[in-house]
Amino acid sequence: MQNILSVKNVIKRYATHIALNDVSLEIPSQSIFGLLGPNGAGKTSLIRIINQITGPDSGELFFEGEKLCQKHIEQIGYLPEERGLYKKMEVGEQALYLAQLKGMKKAEAKQKLKFWFEKFEIDAWWNKKVEELSKGMQQKVQFIVTVLHEPKLLILDEPFSGFDPINANIIKNEILYLKEQGSTILFSTHNMGSVEELCDNIALINKSRKILDGSVKEIRKQYKSNTFELEFTGNVMGFTNAMWAGAELLDHKTDGDFNKVLLKLKGKTTSNELLQAVLPVANIQSFKEIVPSMNDIFISKVNAENPVHIHSGISE
Amino acid sequence: MNKILLIIKREYLSRVKKKSFIIMTILGPLLMAGIMVVPIWLSMQKPDRQNIEVIDESYLFKGLIPEKAFIHFDYPEVTFEQAQEGFYDTDYDAILYIPHNILEGGKTLKLFYKKQLGIATEEYVDNTISKMMNDVLLTKNKVDLSIIREAAEHSKIIVITEELESTGKSKKTNTGLYMAIGLGGGILIYMFIFLYGVQVMRGVMEEKTNRIVEVILSSVKPFQLMMGKIIGVALVGLTQFLLWVILTTTLYGVASVTILKNVEMKQIQQNEEVVKVGADLNYTKMKKIQEPNIISKVFDDFKNVDILTITFCFLFYFLAGYLMYAALFAAVGSAVDNEADTQQFMVPITIPLVLSFLVAQNVIQDPQSTMAFWFSIVPLTSPIVMMVRLPFGVPFWEVALSMSLLVVGFVFTTWLAARIYRTGILLYGKKVTWRELGKWLFYKG
Repeated sequence: MQNILSVKNVIKRYATHIALNDVSLEIPSQSIFGLLGPNGAGKTSLIRIINQITGPDSGELFFEGEKLCQKHIEQIGYLPEERGLYKKMEVGEQALYLAQLKGMKKAEAKQKLKFWFEKFEIDAWWNKKVEELSKGMQQKVQFIVTVLHEPKLLILDEPFSGFDPINANIIKNEILYLKEQGSTILFSTHNMGSVEELCDNIALINKSRKILDGSVKEIRKQYKSNTFELEFTGNVMGFTNAMWAGAELLDHKTDGDFNKVLLKLKGKTTSNELLQAVLPVANIQSFKEIVPSMNDIFISKVNAENPVHIHSGISE
Repeated sequence: MNKILLIIKREYLSRVKKKSFIIMTILGPLLMAGIMVVPIWLSMQKPDRQNIEVIDESYLFKGLIPEKAFIHFDYPEVTFEQAQEGFYDTDYDAILYIPHNILEGGKTLKLFYKKQLGIATEEYVDNTISKMMNDVLLTKNKVDLSIIREAAEHSKIIVITEELESTGKSKKTNTGLYMAIGLGGGILIYMFIFLYGVQVMRGVMEEKTNRIVEVILSSVKPFQLMMGKIIGVALVGLTQFLLWVILTTTLYGVASVTILKNVEMKQIQQNEEVVKVGADLNYTKMKKIQEPNIISKVFDDFKNVDILTITFCFLFYFLAGYLMYAALFAAVGSAVDNEADTQQFMVPITIPLVLSFLVAQNVIQDPQSTMAFWFSIVPLTSPIVMMVRLPFGVPFWEVALSMSLLVVGFVFTTWLAARIYRTGILLYGKKVTWRELGKWLFYKG
């Protein structure tokens, strides 16, 4: 499938620092792409360049194979991290205004807004001023405005920050629904749980460079360390003797007859060989492979990059 | 282009619908009409009539001092001492004491009062008595008063200034009227730039602190957003200005039909009174009777002013001056996070504005001076200073040069402001220095 967005060798400099240093990305169509990285890594800079709010110093971007230009604005929906609305303006009027700026016709925008307002149960607030709305409701309005023009590419910068769990869940479901409908979603986040749950692909940016990218499944597989957790009843001594050279015991907990051990397979030993070896001495209750979480991968990758000092939070 | 229209529409409607706009639109003309009507109304109010007891030891003025509506003289047969003692038993407001040697150099008259008399009464007494003494002294020296009066009558002149053009045609001028038109126009431009420039700045800051700007910038270019705001606010200003003109003229019209009509009637009556009272002595007649002439002269002169050209130039300087400054105000708004931080960047914008206002007051005295010329050519000061000079007549090439430079000026400030704006608007939580503003100019889009 064609990639909806290609970022090729983008460099962006500010007076005192480099925000993006030779960053390249490929975002496949109809997928959810996670842009990860610590604060100040350059995520927002990249997102602003994709939205053509700022331009790169060098490098190129392609939208569905075409060089990114002004006309693509209407195909992109953007929910920034720092998001707001005109406080004194009425909700409906404001949503209409923002939709028209994205190139929608007024009548069409109105009809679609009605649909979304009803879906999110905020239609009673159409004529209220934004400042009268609760924060949660404002966020719903912002989300609606972002997706209203049915963009092919939806860019969400920290979409879950500031949402309460109920709203966050609504948004999560909408993201999945929109993907099914054919949209591609690019979102940046610190929330690794949501990455594992939602993302097909990710890219990890640290200190203005991309240090990791690929599909979530592949990455996790790649970072597997052949570690397994095994619960059994029986004797630990007998167990360790049985597994012998095939695996290394990393940790164990014993509660009377019950044991929980963490093992790392050595050499070419497979998990089946290990199980066969220990079956005679242990009554196995559970056995599972420990796959590293995205959180672990994130932390280990970033710490490997910044070995000495703790990363300072330069604002983006 | 469509998007910039959308932005202009929003900026315009959201401001025009505000309560403060409606209130200002109604209050403005009321204030203006008030400023015009109240002094007339006040002058209509008769001052309290002052009764003055004259003790004339010289016997020169008895029964002769002309009276006015607000002043009345009595000549009781009492001595100065008696009058002083009994002063508080009478209802006289003052005693006018004229010593016997008044003609022989006793120059001091004395006015004794219970309550402060007011400057008008004092001046009236002073002027009238000295004029009368003058006549008495002249008569005493066998000078025919009628000759003097006649001479005074004939030597009364009105200076009519006319500009003689190189074509040989001459044009009537009225310096006072020109000053009023020029300074009035200048003040309006000054106010407009300030009031609406600050509105642009606030609008930009609102978008920045609301954090809506990033959403909008994903749909439009920063330049479109900035220009949309500047033009939208300009239209708000023009609307308000137009409404003020309409409402003020209507109010003034209504007021002149009702209140001022009475005034004119009264004035005529007063004039007649004065004429009657002053008939024998003829002291005060002249001034009063001239007034209607002056008013009609102003109206005549008004017709001589090239209204069309001046209105066109006024609108041009009004808008171009605003556009130039508004861009700078927008840049300031984009560079700061809160109102308090605006001060350091506002100063350089305010200085040329205030300076041109000060220069304008000087230019009005001498519209063709070198200083007037330069300040009306330099774009930052030309909108106000040239406006002040215009009614006095400015060579065409100077106006053309000033206008072209102003256009160049506003294109330049808009370019400059746009570069600061697009960086500043996305930068949060940082106190910006002048150095940084300078660097922003050279960032790549």
